[in-house]
Amino acid sequence: MASIVNQNAYSSALPNFRNLGILLRILLIVNLAAFAAAVVKSPALRGIWNELLEISAVVEPLLILSLIVLMALNGVLSRLPYYLGITGVIALELALSALLYVAGRPLLAAELAPLERYWLLVFIVTVMLLVYFDLRGRALSPALSEARLQALQARIRPHFLFNSINAVLSLIRQDPKRAEVALEDMSDLFRVLMADNRELTPLAREVELCRQYLDLEQLRLGERLKVEWHIDKMPRDALVPPLVLQPLLENAVYHGIEPRSEPGVISIDIYSVREQVHAVLRNPYRHDGSHHAGNKMALGNIRERLQLHFDAEASLATKVSDDAYQVHIVIPYVKAESAA
Amino acid sequence: MSEAPLRILIVDDEAPARSRMRDLLADCAQALPLAVAGEAAGGRAALELLSSRPADVVLLDIRMPEMDGIEAAQHLQKLEHPPAVIFTTAYDAYAIQAFEVHAVDYLLKPIRAARLREALARARTAKPPGPGVLRELQPRARAFLSAQERGKVHLVPIGDVVYLKAELKYVTAHTAQRDYLIEESLTALEQEYAGRFVRVHRNCLVARAAVRGFERAAGEEGQWVVLLEGCNEKIAMSRRQQYIVREFSR
Repeated sequence: MASIVNQNAYSSALPNFRNLGILLRILLIVNLAAFAAAVVKSPALRGIWNELLEISAVVEPLLILSLIVLMALNGVLSRLPYYLGITGVIALELALSALLYVAGRPLLAAELAPLERYWLLVFIVTVMLLVYFDLRGRALSPALSEARLQALQARIRPHFLFNSINAVLSLIRQDPKRAEVALEDMSDLFRVLMADNRELTPLAREVELCRQYLDLEQLRLGERLKVEWHIDKMPRDALVPPLVLQPLLENAVYHGIEPRSEPGVISIDIYSVREQVHAVLRNPYRHDGSHHAGNKMALGNIRERLQLHFDAEASLATKVSDDAYQVHIVIPYVKAESAA
Repeated sequence: MSEAPLRILIVDDEAPARSRMRDLLADCAQALPLAVAGEAAGGRAALELLSSRPADVVLLDIRMPEMDGIEAAQHLQKLEHPPAVIFTTAYDAYAIQAFEVHAVDYLLKPIRAARLREALARARTAKPPGPGVLRELQPRARAFLSAQERGKVHLVPIGDVVYLKAELKYVTAHTAQRDYLIEESLTALEQEYAGRFVRVHRNCLVARAAVRGFERAAGEEGQWVVLLEGCNEKIAMSRRQQYIVREFSR
């Protein structure tokens, strides 16, 4: 009940311990804490290094072991209610430190303090980290809902909307059947554009949407637009942020095809390598320095959403060569069934 | 049926948009005597068509490849009998704002038949927008220069021009093939194509990309000349512009 009162309906959740960005943050924060402890303990500057080595001998094994166990238990932990989840993590950390205390005692040269002291330290650091991740989650939550709004604003290029409506109008008298299909494609496209796009969507769905979009553009541009799909090796069940590819295709049409009177090819390659999904989009391009603000806005928007969903594990890179423009997206391969 | 039917040219790069315009004109035909003089997919084709088949009104799309509608309208003004221009656009915030300011007629796509009829009725009496107004509407430099010869308009792609030289009343645009007379001022051209041309003399701009090198002139002491790609003529440099030699040698 308490969560209903919460301003923006953010429900606290444990971080995803399988995300590289989260793991790096934990490593960084714990090591910073160890360094701070070393500075506090050592009266002279020269002694800091020795202190740090001593502290690390105790901290690092526990840190590494904790990360491995948390990664392994991530699925179980994420399904628990939040308060049980944090209790679980704290209990887990205390248990692991006790285990290492007993197992590691004979191996260490230096005398160890009583277990209760380590427990207290572990408890403090764990709670600190959990509070940090909760605050971070809260900070990102409005950003995530804002990303939806931005997606909406950046996506519907009025130019595309009105030209498409005009193209459909031209069909109504001569080819009513095609006009019907075009309107259906358009309504599907706008349904997604106006939906709540915070949840991930299967890649196959995004590709379908891209096809519908390109069909509409084909209607207007005819022979000038040629599309090459290379998606035989596409992992259909991979989860991606909605509208991660369509805006890029819209850019490709707007900057690559429309300014040319001769036909141009847009190619789309999607494949998976190990645990990553790659999408490579290419379009013809010529340097003339005009309309780049719109392109940058769409790229920035997608980059931001990729970061919100996947942190450091996703990337977006662009490459300009003499006559082609390429966008390369890498997303961790998350399957639709095991969605966290 | 006192008046001759209004001859109309449709210019749009998208085929469905042209066919939609034809339908709309057919709808207007009952209220207003009119005839479609032709269709063109771009500004260049439109100019060619108009030289053989004149029109009273051109319905001109703004966003088109190669040459946009606003540039095409500027070249149209050089025809012997310039047609009235009605711009059409799906969305172009910048242009629309400017049209409102200068009272230039435009139609927003999708276009309503009633609105089209009004615009056509006005077009018969309306004055074409002046070149100054169109120049102001054009955010970028034009892709072509236009030269008027015996009532026809020649388009010269700006990339083909090796140098521009001011002579008495005209500016000569020299290309590898031939010279064209342009009725514009050298100063205005220098401003429009600031990055593309460089002034080497009070009366001459040369294309940066065509510069092959510099040479000391045989006779006079300290006088430099410019050697240009696709041009046997050596262009004299004025003393004041000689710092350019250093700029290029870097």
